[in-house]
Amino acid sequence: MAIISELVKGIYRENPVFRLALGLCPTLAVSTSIENAIGMGAATTFVLLGSNIIVSLLIILFAKILSEEGQKSINKIRIPVFIVVIASFVTVVEMVMSAYFPALSESLGIFIPLIVVNCIILGRAEGFASKNPLLPSIADAIGMGIGFTLALSAIALLREILGSGAILGYSIMGESYKPVLLFILPPGAFLVIGIYMALLNWLDARKKQS
Amino acid sequence: MEYSIFQIIILSIFVNNFVLARFLGLCPYMGVSKQLDSAIGMGMAVTFVMTIASLVTWLLYTFFLAPTYMNIFYSLFNTPIQNVPDLTFLRTIVFILVIASLVQFIEMYIQKVSPTLYRALGIYLPLITTNCAILGVAVLNIDLFFIDGLPKDNSFIHTIVQAFAAGLGFTLVLILMAGIRERLERTNLPKPLRGLPIAFIIAGLMSIAFLGFSGMNIK
Repeated sequence: MAIISELVKGIYRENPVFRLALGLCPTLAVSTSIENAIGMGAATTFVLLGSNIIVSLLIILFAKILSEEGQKSINKIRIPVFIVVIASFVTVVEMVMSAYFPALSESLGIFIPLIVVNCIILGRAEGFASKNPLLPSIADAIGMGIGFTLALSAIALLREILGSGAILGYSIMGESYKPVLLFILPPGAFLVIGIYMALLNWLDARKKQS
Repeated sequence: MEYSIFQIIILSIFVNNFVLARFLGLCPYMGVSKQLDSAIGMGMAVTFVMTIASLVTWLLYTFFLAPTYMNIFYSLFNTPIQNVPDLTFLRTIVFILVIASLVQFIEMYIQKVSPTLYRALGIYLPLITTNCAILGVAVLNIDLFFIDGLPKDNSFIHTIVQAFAAGLGFTLVLILMAGIRERLERTNLPKPLRGLPIAFIIAGLMSIAFLGFSGMNIK
Protein backbone atom coordinates (compact mmCIF):
# COMPACT_ATOMS: atom_id res chain seq x y z
CA MET A 1 0.00 0.00 0.00
CA ALA A 2 2.78 2.40 0.99
CA ILE A 3 4.62 1.56 -2.23
CA ILE A 4 1.59 2.42 -4.35
CA SER A 5 1.23 5.78 -2.62
CA GLU A 6 4.94 6.49 -3.31
CA LEU A 7 4.25 5.66 -6.94
CA VAL A 8 1.15 7.80 -7.28
CA LYS A 9 2.30 10.91 -5.40
CA GLY A 10 4.65 12.00 -8.21
CA ILE A 11 1.87 12.15 -10.74
CA TYR A 12 -0.39 14.81 -9.26
CA ARG A 13 0.07 15.62 -5.57
CA GLU A 14 3.84 16.15 -5.75
CA ASN A 15 4.23 16.60 -9.47
CA PRO A 16 7.91 17.54 -9.97
CA VAL A 17 7.24 20.26 -12.54
CA PHE A 18 4.01 21.95 -11.48
CA ARG A 19 4.21 21.46 -7.70
CA LEU A 20 7.88 21.26 -6.81
CA ALA A 21 9.07 23.48 -9.72
CA LEU A 22 12.05 21.21 -10.36
CA GLY A 23 13.68 20.51 -13.70
CA LEU A 24 12.33 23.62 -15.36
CA CYS A 25 15.02 24.06 -18.00
CA PRO A 26 14.43 20.82 -19.94
CA THR A 27 10.67 21.14 -19.39
CA LEU A 28 10.46 24.45 -21.18
CA ALA A 29 13.11 23.85 -23.80
CA VAL A 30 12.00 20.45 -25.02
CA SER A 31 8.22 20.82 -24.93
CA THR A 32 7.89 22.08 -28.51
CA SER A 33 6.39 18.77 -29.66
CA ILE A 34 4.88 15.70 -28.03
CA GLU A 35 7.55 13.50 -29.60
CA ASN A 36 10.38 15.45 -27.95
CA ALA A 37 8.49 15.59 -24.67
CA ILE A 38 8.06 11.81 -24.50
CA GLY A 39 11.67 11.21 -25.55
CA MET A 40 12.96 13.54 -22.86
CA GLY A 41 10.56 12.07 -20.29
CA ALA A 42 11.72 8.53 -21.05
CA ALA A 43 15.40 9.50 -20.86
CA THR A 44 14.90 11.30 -17.55
CA THR A 45 12.86 8.43 -16.11
CA PHE A 46 15.60 5.98 -17.01
CA VAL A 47 18.30 8.09 -15.34
CA LEU A 48 16.05 8.68 -12.33
CA LEU A 49 15.36 4.97 -11.94
CA GLY A 50 19.02 3.98 -12.35
CA SER A 51 20.34 6.60 -9.96
CA ASN A 52 17.67 5.93 -7.32
CA ILE A 53 18.45 2.19 -7.40
CA ILE A 54 22.22 2.65 -7.20
CA VAL A 55 22.05 5.35 -4.52
CA SER A 56 19.69 3.30 -2.39
CA LEU A 57 21.92 0.22 -2.72
CA LEU A 58 25.07 2.26 -2.04
CA ILE A 59 23.66 3.62 1.21
CA ILE A 60 22.69 0.09 2.32
CA LEU A 61 26.17 -1.16 1.36
CA PHE A 62 27.91 1.64 3.26
CA ALA A 63 25.80 0.90 6.34
CA LYS A 64 26.82 -2.79 6.14
CA ILE A 65 30.58 -2.53 5.57
CA LEU A 66 31.66 0.77 7.10
CA SER A 67 32.18 1.69 10.73
CA GLU A 68 30.45 4.68 12.31
CA GLU A 69 33.47 6.88 11.54
CA GLY A 70 33.62 5.77 7.93
CA GLN A 71 29.95 6.47 7.41
CA LYS A 72 30.36 9.97 8.76
CA SER A 73 33.19 10.76 6.35
CA ILE A 74 31.31 9.20 3.41
CA ASN A 75 28.33 11.34 4.33
CA LYS A 76 30.39 14.46 3.70
CA ILE A 77 31.15 13.55 0.09
CA ARG A 78 27.82 11.96 -0.75
CA ILE A 79 26.73 14.69 -3.20
CA PRO A 80 29.75 14.27 -5.54
CA VAL A 81 29.23 10.50 -5.34
CA PHE A 82 25.58 10.91 -6.38
CA ILE A 83 26.58 13.24 -9.22
CA VAL A 84 29.06 10.70 -10.60
CA VAL A 85 26.38 7.98 -10.50
CA ILE A 86 23.91 10.24 -12.30
CA ALA A 87 26.48 11.38 -14.87
CA SER A 88 27.32 7.75 -15.71
CA PHE A 89 23.67 6.95 -16.43
CA VAL A 90 23.35 10.12 -18.51
CA THR A 91 26.36 9.06 -20.57
CA VAL A 92 24.65 5.72 -21.21
CA VAL A 93 21.49 7.52 -22.36
CA GLU A 94 23.54 9.87 -24.54
CA MET A 95 25.28 7.01 -26.33
CA VAL A 96 22.16 4.85 -26.74
CA MET A 97 20.17 7.77 -28.08
CA SER A 98 22.71 8.90 -30.64
CA ALA A 99 23.07 5.29 -31.83
CA TYR A 100 19.40 4.25 -32.07
CA PHE A 101 17.40 7.52 -32.22
CA PRO A 102 19.66 9.97 -34.09
CA ALA A 103 16.78 12.29 -35.06
CA LEU A 104 15.52 12.58 -31.48
CA SER A 105 19.06 13.01 -30.23
CA GLU A 106 19.54 15.85 -32.72
CA SER A 107 16.40 17.70 -31.69
CA LEU A 108 16.99 17.32 -27.93
CA GLY A 109 20.59 18.41 -28.49
CA ILE A 110 22.38 19.94 -25.53
CA PHE A 111 19.59 18.97 -23.14
CA ILE A 112 20.61 15.32 -23.08
CA PRO A 113 23.95 15.96 -21.32
CA LEU A 114 22.12 18.51 -19.20
CA ILE A 115 19.97 15.77 -17.62
CA VAL A 116 22.89 15.57 -15.15
CA VAL A 117 21.99 18.94 -13.67
CA ASN A 118 18.24 18.33 -13.74
CA CYS A 119 17.37 19.09 -10.13
CA ILE A 120 14.68 16.38 -10.05
CA ILE A 121 17.27 13.62 -10.21
CA LEU A 122 19.71 14.90 -7.61
CA GLY A 123 16.75 16.03 -5.51
CA ARG A 124 15.21 12.54 -5.46
CA ALA A 125 18.58 10.83 -4.89
CA GLU A 126 19.39 13.10 -1.95
CA GLY A 127 15.89 13.61 -0.61
CA PHE A 128 14.39 10.17 -1.07
CA ALA A 129 16.63 7.32 -2.24
CA SER A 130 19.37 8.00 0.31
CA LYS A 131 16.85 7.69 3.16
CA ASN A 132 14.64 4.86 1.94
CA PRO A 133 15.06 1.17 1.09
CA LEU A 134 15.22 -0.18 -2.45
CA LEU A 135 11.57 -0.84 -3.30
CA PRO A 136 10.11 2.53 -2.28
CA SER A 137 13.01 4.21 -4.10
CA ILE A 138 12.13 2.37 -7.32
CA ALA A 139 8.46 3.28 -6.90
CA ASP A 140 9.38 6.90 -6.24
CA ALA A 141 11.59 7.06 -9.34
CA ILE A 142 8.92 5.57 -11.59
CA GLY A 143 6.21 7.83 -10.16
CA MET A 144 8.32 10.98 -10.47
CA GLY A 145 9.40 9.96 -13.97
CA ILE A 146 5.80 9.47 -15.08
CA GLY A 147 4.79 12.75 -13.45
CA PHE A 148 7.60 14.55 -15.26
CA THR A 149 6.70 12.95 -18.60
CA LEU A 150 3.02 13.81 -18.15
CA ALA A 151 3.77 17.42 -17.25
CA LEU A 152 6.06 17.74 -20.27
CA SER A 153 3.45 16.17 -22.54
CA ALA A 154 0.70 18.44 -21.18
CA ILE A 155 2.77 21.52 -21.99
CA ALA A 156 3.83 20.11 -25.36
CA LEU A 157 0.23 19.21 -26.25
CA LEU A 158 -1.01 22.76 -25.81
CA ARG A 159 2.02 24.27 -27.55
CA GLU A 160 1.82 21.91 -30.49
CA ILE A 161 -1.93 22.28 -31.02
CA LEU A 162 -1.83 26.06 -30.83
CA GLY A 163 1.53 26.52 -32.49
CA SER A 164 1.27 24.18 -35.44
CA GLY A 165 -2.35 23.00 -35.40
CA ALA A 166 -1.27 19.36 -35.38
CA ILE A 167 -0.39 16.50 -33.05
CA LEU A 168 2.45 14.18 -34.08
CA GLY A 169 2.10 15.45 -37.64
CA TYR A 170 -1.66 14.88 -37.92
CA SER A 171 -3.51 18.10 -38.56
CA ILE A 172 -6.45 18.47 -36.17
CA MET A 173 -7.46 22.10 -36.33
CA GLY A 174 -8.62 22.08 -39.94
CA GLU A 175 -7.46 23.98 -43.00
CA SER A 176 -8.64 27.42 -41.99
CA TYR A 177 -6.63 27.48 -38.73
CA LYS A 178 -3.67 29.84 -38.80
CA PRO A 179 -1.03 28.52 -36.34
CA VAL A 180 0.05 30.90 -33.58
CA LEU A 181 3.77 30.63 -34.16
CA LEU A 182 4.48 32.29 -30.80
CA PHE A 183 3.65 29.08 -28.94
CA ILE A 184 6.38 27.11 -30.67
CA LEU A 185 8.89 29.89 -29.98
CA PRO A 186 10.45 30.31 -26.48
CA PRO A 187 7.84 32.79 -25.10
CA GLY A 188 5.07 30.23 -25.60
CA ALA A 189 6.72 27.85 -23.15
CA PHE A 190 6.82 30.46 -20.38
CA LEU A 191 3.22 31.52 -20.98
CA VAL A 192 1.86 27.96 -21.09
CA ILE A 193 3.59 26.79 -17.90
CA GLY A 194 2.52 29.97 -16.09
CA ILE A 195 -1.09 29.41 -17.08
CA TYR A 196 -0.98 25.72 -16.12
CA MET A 197 0.44 26.55 -12.68
CA ALA A 198 -2.20 29.22 -12.09
CA LEU A 199 -4.90 26.76 -13.14
CA LEU A 200 -3.66 24.14 -10.66
CA ASN A 201 -3.57 26.72 -7.85
CA TRP A 202 -7.11 27.76 -8.72
CA LEU A 203 -8.34 24.15 -8.70
CA ASP A 204 -6.70 23.58 -5.30
CA ALA A 205 -8.28 26.71 -3.84
CA ARG A 206 -11.70 25.61 -5.11
CA LYS A 207 -11.27 22.14 -3.63
CA LYS A 208 -10.40 23.61 -0.24
CA GLN A 209 -13.48 25.80 -0.26
CA SER A 210 -15.97 23.06 -0.98
CA MET B 1 29.94 30.39 -40.15
CA GLU B 2 32.67 32.34 -38.38
CA TYR B 3 31.61 35.08 -36.01
CA SER B 4 33.62 38.07 -34.90
CA ILE B 5 34.08 38.74 -31.20
CA PHE B 6 31.61 41.64 -31.29
CA GLN B 7 28.99 39.44 -32.95
CA ILE B 8 29.48 36.73 -30.33
CA ILE B 9 28.96 39.26 -27.53
CA ILE B 10 25.75 40.69 -29.01
CA LEU B 11 24.43 37.28 -29.99
CA SER B 12 24.92 35.69 -26.59
CA ILE B 13 23.65 38.64 -24.55
CA PHE B 14 20.54 39.50 -26.56
CA VAL B 15 19.65 37.15 -29.40
CA ASN B 16 20.44 33.80 -27.80
CA ASN B 17 19.92 34.99 -24.26
CA PHE B 18 20.63 32.06 -21.97
CA VAL B 19 17.46 32.35 -19.94
CA LEU B 20 14.89 33.66 -22.38
CA ALA B 21 15.92 31.94 -25.61
CA ARG B 22 17.92 28.89 -24.55
CA PHE B 23 16.10 28.05 -21.28
CA LEU B 24 19.27 27.58 -19.25
CA GLY B 25 19.61 28.60 -15.62
CA LEU B 26 15.89 28.87 -14.95
CA CYS B 27 16.06 27.66 -11.35
CA PRO B 28 18.16 30.60 -10.09
CA TYR B 29 16.22 32.87 -12.44
CA MET B 30 12.98 32.03 -10.67
CA GLY B 31 14.49 31.47 -7.23
CA VAL B 32 16.80 34.44 -6.73
CA SER B 33 14.88 37.14 -8.59
CA LYS B 34 12.77 38.34 -5.67
CA GLN B 35 15.19 41.07 -4.57
CA LEU B 36 17.50 43.32 -6.54
CA ASP B 37 20.53 42.88 -4.26
CA SER B 38 20.54 39.13 -4.39
CA ALA B 39 19.92 39.21 -8.16
CA ILE B 40 23.06 41.27 -8.68
CA GLY B 41 25.10 38.98 -6.41
CA MET B 42 23.87 35.85 -8.15
CA GLY B 43 24.49 37.36 -11.60
CA MET B 44 28.07 38.23 -10.70
CA ALA B 45 28.73 34.81 -9.22
CA VAL B 46 27.33 33.04 -12.30
CA THR B 47 29.31 35.20 -14.74
CA PHE B 48 32.50 34.59 -12.79
CA VAL B 49 32.11 30.82 -12.50
CA MET B 50 30.90 30.50 -16.10
CA THR B 51 34.00 32.18 -17.50
CA ILE B 52 36.43 30.13 -15.43
CA ALA B 53 34.54 26.88 -16.01
CA SER B 54 34.55 27.44 -19.77
CA LEU B 55 38.27 28.11 -19.72
CA VAL B 56 39.03 24.95 -17.75
CA THR B 57 36.69 22.69 -19.72
CA TRP B 58 38.11 23.99 -23.02
CA LEU B 59 41.63 23.07 -21.89
CA LEU B 60 40.52 19.64 -20.66
CA TYR B 61 38.62 18.85 -23.84
CA THR B 62 41.42 19.94 -26.17
CA PHE B 63 44.34 18.35 -24.35
CA PHE B 64 42.85 15.27 -22.69
CA LEU B 65 39.56 14.13 -24.18
CA ALA B 66 39.70 14.69 -27.93
CA PRO B 67 41.99 12.33 -29.88
CA THR B 68 43.81 14.90 -32.00
CA TYR B 69 47.39 16.06 -32.35
CA MET B 70 46.72 18.51 -29.48
CA ASN B 71 46.14 15.57 -27.12
CA ILE B 72 48.66 15.33 -24.34
CA PHE B 73 49.31 11.63 -24.96
CA TYR B 74 50.36 12.45 -28.51
CA SER B 75 52.35 15.61 -27.92
CA LEU B 76 54.15 14.64 -24.71
CA PHE B 77 54.40 10.86 -24.70
CA ASN B 78 54.79 10.31 -28.46
CA THR B 79 51.91 7.84 -28.63
CA PRO B 80 51.05 7.15 -32.29
CA ILE B 81 47.97 9.19 -33.22
CA GLN B 82 45.83 6.10 -33.90
CA ASN B 83 46.54 4.83 -30.37
CA VAL B 84 45.48 8.03 -28.62
CA PRO B 85 42.35 7.14 -26.63
CA ASP B 86 39.11 8.86 -27.71
CA LEU B 87 37.64 9.97 -24.41
CA THR B 88 35.05 12.39 -25.75
CA PHE B 89 32.24 10.17 -24.43
CA LEU B 90 33.40 11.03 -20.91
CA ARG B 91 32.62 14.68 -21.56
CA THR B 92 29.54 14.92 -19.33
CA ILE B 93 31.08 13.17 -16.31
CA VAL B 94 34.37 15.05 -16.51
CA PHE B 95 32.74 18.45 -16.99
CA ILE B 96 30.29 18.13 -14.12
CA LEU B 97 33.03 16.91 -11.75
CA VAL B 98 35.35 19.71 -12.80
CA ILE B 99 32.64 22.32 -12.36
CA ALA B 100 31.65 20.98 -8.95
CA SER B 101 35.20 20.94 -7.64
CA LEU B 102 35.96 24.28 -9.28
CA VAL B 103 33.07 25.91 -7.46
CA GLN B 104 34.34 24.49 -4.15
CA PHE B 105 37.83 25.71 -4.91
CA ILE B 106 36.71 29.19 -5.93
CA GLU B 107 34.65 29.42 -2.76
CA MET B 108 37.61 28.55 -0.55
CA TYR B 109 39.92 30.87 -2.47
CA ILE B 110 37.60 33.87 -2.31
CA GLN B 111 36.95 33.26 1.39
CA LYS B 112 40.69 33.40 2.03
CA VAL B 113 41.64 36.26 -0.27
CA SER B 114 38.73 38.67 -0.24
CA PRO B 115 36.23 38.45 2.63
CA THR B 116 34.22 41.36 1.16
CA LEU B 117 33.70 39.56 -2.13
CA TYR B 118 32.94 36.39 -0.22
CA ARG B 119 30.20 38.14 1.71
CA ALA B 120 28.69 39.33 -1.59
CA LEU B 121 28.92 36.04 -3.49
CA GLY B 122 29.36 33.44 -0.75
CA ILE B 123 25.83 32.15 -0.35
CA TYR B 124 25.26 31.92 -4.10
CA LEU B 125 28.35 29.90 -4.93
CA PRO B 126 27.18 26.49 -3.61
CA LEU B 127 23.90 26.91 -5.52
CA ILE B 128 25.79 27.24 -8.77
CA THR B 129 27.00 23.64 -9.02
CA THR B 130 23.61 22.39 -10.14
CA ASN B 131 22.95 25.44 -12.29
CA CYS B 132 22.48 24.08 -15.78
CA ALA B 133 23.73 27.32 -17.36
CA ILE B 134 27.31 26.53 -16.33
CA LEU B 135 27.40 23.02 -17.77
CA GLY B 136 25.29 24.31 -20.64
CA VAL B 137 27.79 26.94 -21.70
CA ALA B 138 30.66 24.46 -21.42
CA VAL B 139 28.89 21.91 -23.65
CA LEU B 140 27.73 24.62 -26.04
CA ASN B 141 31.30 25.89 -26.48
CA ILE B 142 32.38 22.42 -27.51
CA ASP B 143 29.49 22.13 -29.95
CA LEU B 144 30.09 25.55 -31.49
CA PHE B 145 33.83 26.09 -31.54
CA PHE B 146 35.19 22.62 -32.32
CA ILE B 147 35.20 20.56 -35.51
CA ASP B 148 35.79 16.83 -34.95
CA GLY B 149 37.57 17.51 -31.68
CA LEU B 150 39.89 20.12 -33.13
CA PRO B 151 39.45 23.74 -32.00
CA LYS B 152 38.57 26.26 -34.71
CA ASP B 153 40.58 29.46 -35.24
CA ASN B 154 40.49 31.73 -32.18
CA SER B 155 38.39 29.07 -30.48
CA PHE B 156 39.94 29.75 -27.09
CA ILE B 157 39.20 33.48 -27.10
CA HIS B 158 35.74 32.94 -28.55
CA THR B 159 34.98 30.42 -25.80
CA ILE B 160 35.89 32.84 -23.03
CA VAL B 161 34.09 35.76 -24.68
CA GLN B 162 30.95 33.71 -25.22
CA ALA B 163 30.94 32.49 -21.60
CA PHE B 164 31.44 35.98 -20.22
CA ALA B 165 28.78 37.48 -22.49
CA ALA B 166 26.33 34.71 -21.64
CA GLY B 167 26.93 35.49 -17.97
CA LEU B 168 26.26 39.18 -18.63
CA GLY B 169 23.05 38.29 -20.47
CA PHE B 170 21.96 36.14 -17.53
CA THR B 171 22.72 38.98 -15.09
CA LEU B 172 20.80 41.45 -17.26
CA VAL B 173 17.55 39.49 -17.36
CA LEU B 174 17.90 38.52 -13.69
CA ILE B 175 18.14 42.19 -12.70
CA LEU B 176 15.24 43.15 -14.99
CA MET B 177 13.12 40.40 -13.49
CA ALA B 178 14.03 41.37 -9.92
CA GLY B 179 13.04 44.96 -10.61
CA ILE B 180 9.64 43.86 -11.90
CA ARG B 181 9.03 41.39 -9.08
CA GLU B 182 9.91 43.92 -6.37
CA ARG B 183 7.10 46.14 -7.66
CA LEU B 184 4.82 43.16 -8.08
CA GLU B 185 4.96 42.53 -4.34
CA ARG B 186 2.88 45.63 -3.75
CA THR B 187 0.19 44.90 -6.33
CA ASN B 188 -3.08 43.15 -5.72
CA LEU B 189 -2.90 40.03 -7.86
CA PRO B 190 -5.57 37.33 -8.13
CA LYS B 191 -4.61 34.62 -5.67
CA PRO B 192 -3.91 31.70 -8.05
CA LEU B 193 -1.45 33.85 -10.03
CA ARG B 194 0.72 34.84 -7.05
CA GLY B 195 4.30 33.61 -6.91
CA LEU B 196 5.62 31.43 -9.71
CA PRO B 197 2.73 31.58 -12.23
CA ILE B 198 2.92 35.33 -12.71
CA ALA B 199 6.72 35.16 -12.78
CA PHE B 200 6.51 32.73 -15.69
CA ILE B 201 4.01 34.88 -17.55
CA ILE B 202 6.26 37.93 -17.08
CA ALA B 203 9.21 35.89 -18.31
CA GLY B 204 7.12 35.01 -21.36
CA LEU B 205 6.44 38.69 -22.07
CA MET B 206 10.13 39.52 -21.61
CA SER B 207 10.97 36.69 -23.95
CA ILE B 208 8.66 38.19 -26.60
CA ALA B 209 10.52 41.48 -26.20
CA PHE B 210 13.88 39.73 -26.58
CA LEU B 211 12.58 37.93 -29.66
CA GLY B 212 12.74 41.32 -31.35
CA PHE B 213 16.53 41.17 -31.22
CA SER B 214 16.64 38.12 -33.45
CA GLY B 215 15.70 40.28 -36.44
CA MET B 216 18.81 42.34 -35.88
CA ASN B 217 21.43 42.36 -38.63
CA ILE B 218 24.86 42.57 -37.00
CA LYS B 219 27.81 43.25 -39.22
